[in-house]
Amino acid sequence: MSVKKKFKGLSDKAVAWLFIGPSVFLLLAINIYPLIYAIRMSFTNFYANKIGREPQFVGLKNYIKVLNKEAIWEKMQVTANFMFWTLLLQAVIGLGLALLLNRKFKGNELLTTLIVLPMMLSPAVVGVFWTYLYNPQVGLFNYVINFFHDFGSFDMIGSSVLAPWSIVIVDTWMWTPFTMLICLAGLRSVPNYLYEAAEVDRASKWQQFIYITLPSVLPFLLLALLFRGIENFKMFDMVVELTSGGPGSATELASINLKREAFEKWKTGYSSAFAVILFVTIFGFGNVYVKVMNKIKER
Amino acid sequence: MILLFVSLFSFSVNSNAKSITLGWAAWDPANALQELTKEFTAETGIDVNFEFVPWPNFADRMLNELNNKGKTFDLLIGDSQWIGAGAVYGHYVKLNDFFDKEGISMNDFSPATVYAYSTWPKGSENYYALPAMGDALAWAYRKDWFDRPELNSEFKKKHGYDLGVPANWNQLHDMCSFFQGREIDGQKRYGAAINTERGSEGITMGVTAAMYAWGMEYENPNKPYDMEGFFNSPQAVEAVEFYRKLYEDCAPPGHSDAYMVANLDAYKSGQVAFQMNWYAFWPGVSKEDSDGRVSGFFANPKQNVAAATLGGQGISVVKYSDKQDLALEYIKWFARPDVQQKWWDLGGYSCHNDVLNSPSFPTSTVYAQGFLDSMGIVKDFWQEPTFVELMLPMQEAIHDYVVNGKGTAKGALDKIIEEWVEVFEADGKL
Repeated sequence: MSVKKKFKGLSDKAVAWLFIGPSVFLLLAINIYPLIYAIRMSFTNFYANKIGREPQFVGLKNYIKVLNKEAIWEKMQVTANFMFWTLLLQAVIGLGLALLLNRKFKGNELLTTLIVLPMMLSPAVVGVFWTYLYNPQVGLFNYVINFFHDFGSFDMIGSSVLAPWSIVIVDTWMWTPFTMLICLAGLRSVPNYLYEAAEVDRASKWQQFIYITLPSVLPFLLLALLFRGIENFKMFDMVVELTSGGPGSATELASINLKREAFEKWKTGYSSAFAVILFVTIFGFGNVYVKVMNKIKER
Repeated sequence: MILLFVSLFSFSVNSNAKSITLGWAAWDPANALQELTKEFTAETGIDVNFEFVPWPNFADRMLNELNNKGKTFDLLIGDSQWIGAGAVYGHYVKLNDFFDKEGISMNDFSPATVYAYSTWPKGSENYYALPAMGDALAWAYRKDWFDRPELNSEFKKKHGYDLGVPANWNQLHDMCSFFQGREIDGQKRYGAAINTERGSEGITMGVTAAMYAWGMEYENPNKPYDMEGFFNSPQAVEAVEFYRKLYEDCAPPGHSDAYMVANLDAYKSGQVAFQMNWYAFWPGVSKEDSDGRVSGFFANPKQNVAAATLGGQGISVVKYSDKQDLALEYIKWFARPDVQQKWWDLGGYSCHNDVLNSPSFPTSTVYAQGFLDSMGIVKDFWQEPTFVELMLPMQEAIHDYVVNGKGTAKGALDKIIEEWVEVFEADGKL
């Protein structure tokens, strides 16, 4: 009653603004302002730790430096590899698990709960305990692998060949359930009569999967991969805890390098330029991806 | 109820007015300092709150605090390499006038520690810290294994000399590789737990222990910041190659990202015959070995020259503190010779001459003589204000070569120089 009285006399537009105002303010303060500030900084030689040293305008120098630095491209390549393999594995395994759990069998609910457990954990915690699982002397991972075939002692996070796979495995273990859940939601939205009609038309199981299941679940899968892609592009905590970006720089993702440049070396101007480049990259890819996804949906 | 409220209120006012906060790393000596400080509080009525940050986050946390002009800490026991930034960026209070006023003389402290922990520019008489915790990288070994006649005779047969404290790095390698993969008491053992950590400073602190012993200099002594031919000299290259050999031949499996605690764990759990670590950890190791049967300690072995990697810290007053007077009172108390003696007795490493020059000091613990030897030969990483920018490329390039096995030692050192030149150019030093 009192709320009604309070709002009496306010137009619908004013009430709408009253509700969205705080959110808009927070968005401007926490997202938009820092973004504009970072863009401004990216054209300067600012060092946040050099107190009293006024930043000077350097034009596009930082952008040119970032784009010409070989090490940056190496980090981008590490990030691209990480994203490619995690997204591929999470799509295939996630869809497979969703198809499995879409069937009715005893213990289905318990199994679903168990499968989604990893994504409820903190990435930092996951990173720490996988360092123990990967330990060549006492780790369970090596034991299990050697149980099937004796490879001898191998160091997953100390070898430049295996370390990139070590982070792919952990991320896949942790986030496949997310892809699975979204795919499962998609599978459950497929009306049964489509399959009944297909049965009548004597379509095989494989044909039913290709012509009914996959097209129905594809938009959901693509949406899950969009979320995972964005998350993995800025992946930081799990990898830092697991490998610290090593050995050498074998698992140093772009985000880890950005943090080191910005908050350890304090190259604020340079790292702002790098951040803007990363932002434009992910924003560009995201937009193209959404357009493609919408086209698939329309079909 | 009112009384309780009044008393709580008066307590909080009291504690705010007469309390200071000291920041340091979370490790054994910090607990000893906490114990020691109880006497300061009893004498002065000033409460000291402690904030100890784990080593991997120590530099990040503290340097962020200083860069943001934070008031969390009144006193900071900061790493030796921070002194340049502390002085140049005005984070630390200059202590010369205070020392003069209170009659605290830097001549009363070990010269190597004053140079390393207190002065900026190096060699000047501008003091920004009081030497608080002397430290250097050293080695502990399994004396009980060395004392076994069957192992010793086997080793002697192979190498022609007895198992014991290695006289140089070649002997260290002989001994470490002797234990690598060896079964002792039914368990597989390994050679040495050495520094390989990638994230902060670990592998740099480890590899420089070898590089200094091979005679590496960071720069031309006659032309500052001229590093070509010094930092990547043939001796420096050989040292880095040797460190990789030590890692490949002697480190336990999975020891690819290890520093202080990991080395300590590998040693304590009986995995390795040797561990590389800071003197700060020896009181803890020694405590668990009351009869001195299990562990022995020695200073960094020499190769071409006698040298050791410097650790340790000075205690500074934070410029942004509102309680500088109370913080200075703590420093005045801490500089007293009797307090310094108690500091050593509790497991801290005093840098005061009265403690170090005492006739009983070398025999006061099994590692005391090694500590004295080490403090006479220490060398430190760059203490420039830009030391973090200098540290990170070295961490990456050395880890890439030693652990990852990528490229060559010369290539790694050349790459580091390239990055360092860029840093010095940006800082206006070149």
